[in-house]
Amino acid sequence: MLNIGVLNEGIVIDHIQAGGAMKIYKYLNLENLDCSVAIIKNARSNKMGKKDIIKIEGPFDIDLNVLGVLDHKITINIIKNNEIVEKKDLSLPERVTNIIRCKNPRCITSIEQELPHTFKLTDRKNHIYRCIYCESKFRGK
Amino acid sequence: MRHLISPLDLSVEELDYILCLGQEILKFPENFSHICEGKKLATLFYEPSTRTRLSFEAAMLNLGGKVLGFSSADSSSAAKGESVADTIRVISSYADICAMRHPKEGAPTVASMYSEIPVINAGDGGHNHPTQTLTDLLTIKTLMGRLDNITIGMCGDLKFGRTVHSLINAMVRYSNVRFVLISPQELKIPDYLRKEVLEQKNIEYIETNQLEQNMPNLDILYMTRVQRERFFNEEDYIRLKDSFLLDANKMKYAKKDMYVLHPLPRVNEISTEVDSDPRAVYFKQAKYGVYVRMALIMTLLGLDSEKLFFR
Ligand SMILES: [Zn+2]
Repeated sequence: MLNIGVLNEGIVIDHIQAGGAMKIYKYLNLENLDCSVAIIKNARSNKMGKKDIIKIEGPFDIDLNVLGVLDHKITINIIKNNEIVEKKDLSLPERVTNIIRCKNPRCITSIEQELPHTFKLTDRKNHIYRCIYCESKFRGK
Repeated sequence: MRHLISPLDLSVEELDYILCLGQEILKFPENFSHICEGKKLATLFYEPSTRTRLSFEAAMLNLGGKVLGFSSADSSSAAKGESVADTIRVISSYADICAMRHPKEGAPTVASMYSEIPVINAGDGGHNHPTQTLTDLLTIKTLMGRLDNITIGMCGDLKFGRTVHSLINAMVRYSNVRFVLISPQELKIPDYLRKEVLEQKNIEYIETNQLEQNMPNLDILYMTRVQRERFFNEEDYIRLKDSFLLDANKMKYAKKDMYVLHPLPRVNEISTEVDSDPRAVYFKQAKYGVYVRMALIMTLLGLDSEKLFFR
């Protein structure tokens, strides 16, 4: 059993906007991961009032870049031997391909399945990503 | 290699260059009648738009070039399920330049990513239609002699009208341009245009539902179609439609040197009695559309004297 308080080795995804944990769970494909995952919803936070946290146990390799696109306030702690060995700041990638999908039904990607879904960062200050084809804004929420 | 996908792909300097070349062609068309000899334009129209297609074809023929293409999806390989990427790779070896119209947004962008020839977006759904914007700009520049210091009225469906959105985006790059946005409440410009373009750039604008009252202030009146299906109910449509119709009576309130533009086709938003008014320039505008496409084809092919895109 995963101890929710203590993690020997793994990742803590912290400061997720309250209510956002399941979305992140889905985007990271955690349901396909063969290890313990704890989702803590509506945890109290001094900074945010309420927040969600995801703790994932074990050594593994997940592309965490997507998290910056989904929710830029997220922080990541990598834990080894009961200690935080690394705090990761999420950078906003200039371009992301096949991580998020364009939902505009009028977009060319809606009829050509094999096209990569690529978004580019068009406004770093406001964290806005737009589809490179139809320019629709990605709405994470 | 350059493509034209969005009107904003062109810098103000590049735009001015193309418009000046368009004006040069307008004055001396015979000087340009052989410039594209031996070149082919492919018109790839996945949905019919006869006017736009013929405008492109006339432009290429005027330059001494040849044209080939298809005019609807069912007469093309798309009907057999071929992707835009595959189609453009094949067309690249048949033609020197292409104009693509597609019902889906972003299709010409996809084409430009796989193409070995310049791609011109001839309209992708409700998204972009850059050669219409070039046409509007050439019309204004030629008739007014300038693109700055203008009060431009836009009337009709300002919510869904992409030509209006593109023209606003293009005009805000010139100094001292004011907008009078005339539409029913339901069809006002989208929020992003108001907040991210007009307000962010401190552009002077008003939103109103009064055409007549505002007529005396306008240098340009850009009319668009108000479609019945944009209204929630028939009564609203009937109640509102006349307020956004232009007739000879409303023209009495306009300046002597105001110009009326319309991207065409018109339905009934401009009464035919206005057609004989010298200020009605929408048919002239269609003619300018051919000249600006000639200028664009020449520059994209590097056949202009300054080789703008090949410096
Ligand atoms: Zn899209």
